[in-house]
Parts: sequence; C-alpha cells; structure tokens
Amino acid sequence: MIEPNRQGEVWVFAEQEDESLNDVSLELCSKARELANQLKVKMGAVLIGSNVRELSYRLIAHGADRVYYVHDPKFENYRTLPYARVMCELITKHKPQIVLYGATPLGRDVAPRIASEMRAGLTADCTDLQIGEYKEPKTKEIHKDLLLQVRPAFGGNIIATIINYDRWPQMATVREGVMRMGEPDAKRQGEIVDEKVTINDFEDAVRLISRHREERKIDLKAARTIVAGGGGVGSKESFQLIHDLAGAVGGAVGASRAAIDSGFVDKAHQIGQTGTTVRPALYIACGISGAVQHRAGMEESAKIIAINSDKEAPIFSVAHYGIVGDLQKVIPLMIKAIKERA
Amino acid sequence: MDPAINLTKRRRAASLLAHREVKLPFNEYVNMEIGQLGYDCVVCVKQVPDTSNVTGEAMKDDGTVNRSALPAIFNPEDLHALETALEVRDRCGGTVTVVTMGPPAACEVLRECLYRGADRGVLITDRRAAASDTLATSYILSQAIKTVGKYDFVFCGRQAIDGDTAQVGPQIAEKLGIPQITYFERFEELDGRTLRARRNVGNGWEVLEVRLPALITVLDTANEPRPAAARRVMQYKRSRAEAEIGRDVAVALADANDGQKEAESARRLEQLKMKKLLLDQWDLDDIQADLAWCGMSGSPTKVHRVQSIVLTKEGFTEVPPTDEGVRNMIHELIEDRTLG
Repeated sequence: MIEPNRQGEVWVFAEQEDESLNDVSLELCSKARELANQLKVKMGAVLIGSNVRELSYRLIAHGADRVYYVHDPKFENYRTLPYARVMCELITKHKPQIVLYGATPLGRDVAPRIASEMRAGLTADCTDLQIGEYKEPKTKEIHKDLLLQVRPAFGGNIIATIINYDRWPQMATVREGVMRMGEPDAKRQGEIVDEKVTINDFEDAVRLISRHREERKIDLKAARTIVAGGGGVGSKESFQLIHDLAGAVGGAVGASRAAIDSGFVDKAHQIGQTGTTVRPALYIACGISGAVQHRAGMEESAKIIAINSDKEAPIFSVAHYGIVGDLQKVIPLMIKAIKERA
Repeated sequence: MDPAINLTKRRRAASLLAHREVKLPFNEYVNMEIGQLGYDCVVCVKQVPDTSNVTGEAMKDDGTVNRSALPAIFNPEDLHALETALEVRDRCGGTVTVVTMGPPAACEVLRECLYRGADRGVLITDRRAAASDTLATSYILSQAIKTVGKYDFVFCGRQAIDGDTAQVGPQIAEKLGIPQITYFERFEELDGRTLRARRNVGNGWEVLEVRLPALITVLDTANEPRPAAARRVMQYKRSRAEAEIGRDVAVALADANDGQKEAESARRLEQLKMKKLLLDQWDLDDIQADLAWCGMSGSPTKVHRVQSIVLTKEGFTEVPPTDEGVRNMIHELIEDRTLG
C-alpha cells in the first residue's frame, strides 16, 4: 500500500483492445477529471499496450493531464500478470490517491490482483463516486477528502457507501454506462509520459492461444428510444408486439433478464445490471416488473413509460407515465396513436 | 482410460473447438501421463443469504439487513466451481477438498459438497475473522489453502451473491503466487501440468494456457452441477464440525445440566472421529494467520453508511389503458419532442 497523501493524482486505467479504447475508460476519464478538480490535483490515465501511443491523445481530450504510456510487444494482448505488474510498479512510483477501472471482465480480472499485491482497498461496481469526509465512530478522528464509493449491495436491496482511509490508493471499478462520457476537447493540453516496466518469466508464462470476438449485433446504448419487454409479455410470439412497437417509434428492442431467460429474445437485448445500462430519451417498459437489477440499467432514461397489469409493480416507481393494463391491448393502442399522428 | 490418446485425434478435436461450439466428452482431450496420480483440487465455497428473495421483513428500521431473517443458501457459482473440480477428479483421479470460512452454520455447505462427491470438508471459523472485507477474506482463505498443503487447482465461483465483487478469487491467487483464470467456461486441454482453458471476456472468449498450479473462477454457464447423491447423503448427513456439537447437544439434552451436556458433547466428538465424520475445523491460529491482516484491522474498505432503497417518483402520470388515455400520452410526448 501507499501512504495516504494529498498531492497524488486521480488515475484511470485505460482499457484498450485491438488499438481502440473501451468506452468505459472514457466515461471514467470524465468522472476522474471531476474528482481531480475537487481535490485540486492532476488526472492521469495509464495506457498499456503495444504501439498504441496514439490513443493517448483521446484520453487527453477527455480530461487527462498526463497519460502514462507503457509500451512493450508483450503487452499487445491483455494478460493478468504483466498488466498487474505494470500497474503495481507505476502506483508505487507515482503514488496516486485514486485509481478507477472499468468493471469489465478485464477490469474485474486485473483490479483485484493489483489490490491484493498493493494491499489496498478496492470496491467493485460503484454506481457513484464523490469526495467527502468520514468520522471514525470510535476515535472520532475525521478523514477529509476521501473517495466515497457508493454501490448497491445485498442483491441490490441496499445502497452502501464504502470508504478506505488508510490503505491507499483508493481503488474502485465502475460498470460501463454508469458514468456519463463527456464531450472530448481536442484543444486540451496534456503530456505523455513514456514508462518502461520489465516483467519476469513467471509473469510472462501465461500464453494467449486464441481469441474470438463476437460482433455487437445491437447498439442499445446509442438508441434514442428503447421498447423493452419483460416476463409479463408471456411468450416468444407475443414478443412480436415489442418488435412492432419498436418499429412504430423507430427505436431499439430491449429486454429484461426474465424475458431472456424465458427465451423470448436473444441475450444481446438485455438491459440491466448484468446486461447493458442505457439512458435513452424514451424507455417503454412492457410487462417488466422492475426488479432492482433491471432498474439499475434504465432508471436514468429521460422519460419512462411503464405498462404492467400489476399496479404494485416496482417499475411504476421510476416511470413518468404508468399504464396499468394488459400490454396485449395497450401496445396496439399505442401503435395506432403513433401512426395517426405521423 | 487409455493414456496413449491418439495425437491426431487430439489435434482434430482442438481444431473443431477453435471453429465451432463443440463440447467434446472430457476424455477426448485429456492426456494422462502414465503414472500420474491425478489432481488435488481445493474448492472455496460460501454460504450466503438468499439475496434474490429479500422481502420487507428482512430490512430493519435502521436500513441494515437482518441476515438471520434470510434463508441461507449455497452460493450458486460455487456449486459450479465444485462441479468443475469433481469432473477433474472423476476423469483424472485425485482429491477434492472444500473450504469455507464462516460461522458453524456454514458447515451445511460443506455437507452439501460431501453429498455431491467431495472428499474432505474444512471449516475456517473464528470470531476474529468477522467484518473481513475481500482482502482480509482472501488472506484467510489463502492461509487455509496453504495449510491444506498440496494443490494443483484452486476453484472458486466467480462471485458471491451477497457481495457481488468477484474479488476474492483473484486475490487468493495473488497471495498464493499462482496464475488465475477468471470467468472460466470450460477446459480445452489438460495435459499433465499444462492447462488450456477458455474464459468469457464479455464480447467473446479467449483460450489461455497456464502451468499448474492455477486458480480458476467459474461461471454459472460452465456446467450443470450434479445433485446430491442419495447414498452419500445417508453417509454424510451426520457429519459435523466440533463447533456444531455444542448446539446439537443443547437441543437434544435441553433439560440436562452442564456436566451432562459436556459429557454428551465429548462422547459425540469421539463417535464422529471414529466414524470419520468429523469435519476439519480450523481457527486463525491453526492456519497461522497474522491477525493484523484479518477482520476489521485487515480490511482496507469499511462501510461508511447503508441506506435501503427508497422508491419515490415525482412527476408521475397515471394513464388509463384506453384509446383516449394512450392518445393523450402520445400527444404529450410528441409535443415535448420525446417522440417524432
């Protein structure tokens, strides 16, 4: 661990693959920039790879004052031990106050390994990050300017605020879509710091044999309108209504976990904590009860319409318009009303 | 099983795997060196509150969760981790030791493992381990695994349903100084000390090659856990850790005095030992854990506050499920440019 300090930077671990940056890293840059401004320190991004120095400029445009670029042909593809080694060495050398990682399979693979070696605290899947203070209940000592790490816990039934005041850096992982990506500013100035880290034979020993990427078939995050169906739709045949309504509003088709598990539609459409997080202009939830894990993935939508035959369904607590009724009857009414106005 | 597996067959199998979703029977791609004794597997398992079934009664007025009001279950992904270990042991020989850290009630998950085929169950229990975060927990479990001694594989579920962090597995691997494969979906090849395994990377998969020993965190899509075997349930349902005996006796001999209860406890302990039904029970001293790295003092992350989710919404309009109601709503949405 490093000693708590007041001048350390706020860092983002920039995840890149095949020479392109993962969206979550850019979202985290915006958040880290905000945190760095509050703490009055610099914001840095760590970029590890082979011949990806160009990506630094994008990180700078999204708020980084410095990009620590670590190049080595051995870093071309992600592997746990080499990447963890690089992060541990840089953290030890530069002593950042905060390090943020995307909660992707890669982030969730490497961040705990780093936390273990550094004996530092790590909080997973944060939904909010703020700067605040903490008073120790026993000693009454006050720790100022800490990172307050907010996350749902206990299956999403409670919201916990976690702090780490003595085993730094304070580290957290955040899922894609949770933080808002800011607009890049191509005029922003920043520096690229080339760092060199050598790895030993043991760290180099794991081999990547093959890899297979599936094309992302549906881009839910970019959709302005989403029509989503849940378990209440009842059958794969009835799910056609969802597709029809989506067609009428020019939107994308989404689904809750219940609909996926029941086989109404492909997993690529899943919205929720373990699916995609979205914030469209309009979200129409049809036959979705509104369990916490689903709400976490869509409650930031600008306008939400909920259709459910159960008036107690939790989805109504996040909806702007609530229709208690049978979606088999209501959806055709909506399609008709939209076509009339078109 | 014939150790001299045809090499051409193995190559063909490997190329099939690379191009298609083909699940071959395990023994088509395992090459057992002659004389190998199999693999020693340690599986970390956890008893968790059933967080998918939280009702109002489970929440206390101060916003904290009343864990004792929730039924305790076997963490789902740990069951898949156990299944992976059992498959390795069934095909290649070796042992499966399961370890859990928790109060004496956690022995229930150890028994569930024995019912499914595990060879040995170990309970790590100590009040000084309370309030451990993932770092402290992984330290304690890694000390326990070192105390178990020899291991080729450590299997963990990817994450537990109460913390949802997926941190303990990788942190144990770091403390044991072994490589990790997280989000494990299946074996591709197991050849002596060399393992090729496929992991899920979110938008696809990758195949990694490591030398054992290694730690693997298992996804729920990796396999179908076998059910408890009736014969093994009969055999192991009376297995107990020492910490459980006192409670059993307090119930069975409710009216007896302390002296009688103690004598009965001692008798039961001897019986369990004789019948080889005594679960191993270790405290932090037994696993040579440094107390500074356990419990609250070993946990960098601390809970500042907890709030139960409050559901409120301003600006809610109830729309009647009629032609007119729907049309008015659509009209509003077009007017404010949400639609159209």
